[in-house]
Amino acid sequence: MIVSKQKPFAEILAALGEAGRIFLVGCAKCATVCKAGGEEQIWQMQELLAAAGKEVTGSIVIDEACHLLRVQRDLRGKGEPVRHAEALLVLACGAGVQSVSAAVEQRTVAGLDTLFLGNIRRFGHFEQRCSLCGECLLNETAGICPVTVCPKGMLNGPCGGMDEGKCEVNAEAECVWSQIYSRLKARGEFAPLIRTTPAKDFSKMRKPGSLKLER
Amino acid sequence: MPTHLQTLLDAGRFVVTAEISPPKGSDCTAFLATANDLRGTIDAINVTDNQGANMRISPLAPAALLVREGIEPILQLTCRDRNRLALQSELLAAAALGISNILALSGDYISFGDHPGAKPVFDLDSVQLLEALATLNGGHDLGGATLSGVPAFFAGAAAAPEAEPFELTMNKLSRKATAGARFFQTQAVFSPERFARFAEAVRPLGVKVIAGVLLLKSAGMARYVTANIPGLKVPPELIAELEGSPDQLRQGVAIARRQIAALRPLCDGIHLMAMGKEELLPEMLAGLDR
Ligand code: SF4
Ligand code: SF4
Repeated sequence: MIVSKQKPFAEILAALGEAGRIFLVGCAKCATVCKAGGEEQIWQMQELLAAAGKEVTGSIVIDEACHLLRVQRDLRGKGEPVRHAEALLVLACGAGVQSVSAAVEQRTVAGLDTLFLGNIRRFGHFEQRCSLCGECLLNETAGICPVTVCPKGMLNGPCGGMDEGKCEVNAEAECVWSQIYSRLKARGEFAPLIRTTPAKDFSKMRKPGSLKLER
Repeated sequence: MPTHLQTLLDAGRFVVTAEISPPKGSDCTAFLATANDLRGTIDAINVTDNQGANMRISPLAPAALLVREGIEPILQLTCRDRNRLALQSELLAAAALGISNILALSGDYISFGDHPGAKPVFDLDSVQLLEALATLNGGHDLGGATLSGVPAFFAGAAAAPEAEPFELTMNKLSRKATAGARFFQTQAVFSPERFARFAEAVRPLGVKVIAGVLLLKSAGMARYVTANIPGLKVPPELIAELEGSPDQLRQGVAIARRQIAALRPLCDGIHLMAMGKEELLPEMLAGLDR
């Protein structure tokens, strides 16, 4: 899922600027799990905005704010409260914000900072394990991603900063190559440990991505 | 044409290299004065590349100035700040300026330095950079195009002889050797016993080993580098030894001399890191049988 975090309220207020009538949009998927843009946060935001002297014309929590057509349809369905608003404040990831900005004429304000594609460790604790590189190497690396979990994205073993199996960047974390090495060795898979991984083809993750499935 | 360093190593001579940090600014006068004072003492000078992720002049310029002075540089090049285009073009520029010894590094992480908000690159890792060096030496770039003018780089890599798990470190070094590293310059060594195990283990790789010796300037500095420089850990007994001495810098020189003497039979050369106290290098080396 996409991990996001609410911007400080002062920053949100500054971004809203002169706009007095605000319509709120949340997302029922990732932003809800992150406690950044679900029903609860929409209510809290409504109160904060009211206290700051803004009029909240209405709100909606969209099932998936990243769904361009659904957002367009749902906002149209809301009618007057949306049309009457001077700005829409979106508590969803950057993709969600852009579905909204594409669907309306008014100014669309992002209320969250979008962080990364994350795994859920436990409620409220998210970890980045994949950075969507477009050509997955996990089959060679014992199912552990060096592109993402190593801060330097080293593909051929640990950097010179690794010690006691710990990462130079974060002494609490185990170096990804220490993890990969022990797993492969335990399985008796030595080939990937000897082979040199060539320079990665980063064209596979060139922006902006687009994929149309063939029927 | 082989570099001076390469010629010495191939002839089995014991080499001495030292590193000097280039200035933060464009004035290389002090850098060159330090280098000039070491003429005759040092076989080649490492010019560090944004060391510790701290922004400084590109090492290419000071290395080229050394060539002009008739002093042989080892250009350090990190993957942290350049993508594969920049790395290759920097290397071709180095070749054009008469710089052929290259130390291929991944680079300390950006968060350690003075521009923590910068975007790290790491388009290649150090093994892939060594492969790029070999490709350029073969007359091609990484895209497969033919070069006009073929460089003859003498490629080296860094090694962390005391890093654990040892097996993993060795795996990395053998990848570096396969990718074309001809010499290793090591992280500062503090335990000659552990270094002996390392020297034994790398011998089959057929790569020359230049052992790192760091001048400990004071107990405070020793503690600082232990806390702040990745892969560097000064053992507590050395820190205590410095602490107990009336002249810590002198004691640091004595410790370095001791390390050098202990390492001499175990390696092909010594790499000195004096961290601004380069004037003490001759004293650290006095009496060394080369
Ligand atoms: S290799 Fe690429 S696709 Fe696979 S987990 Fe890592 S970043 Fe994601
Ligand atoms: S210590 Fe390991 S995980 Fe950390 S930056 Fe170096 S190679 Fe990557």
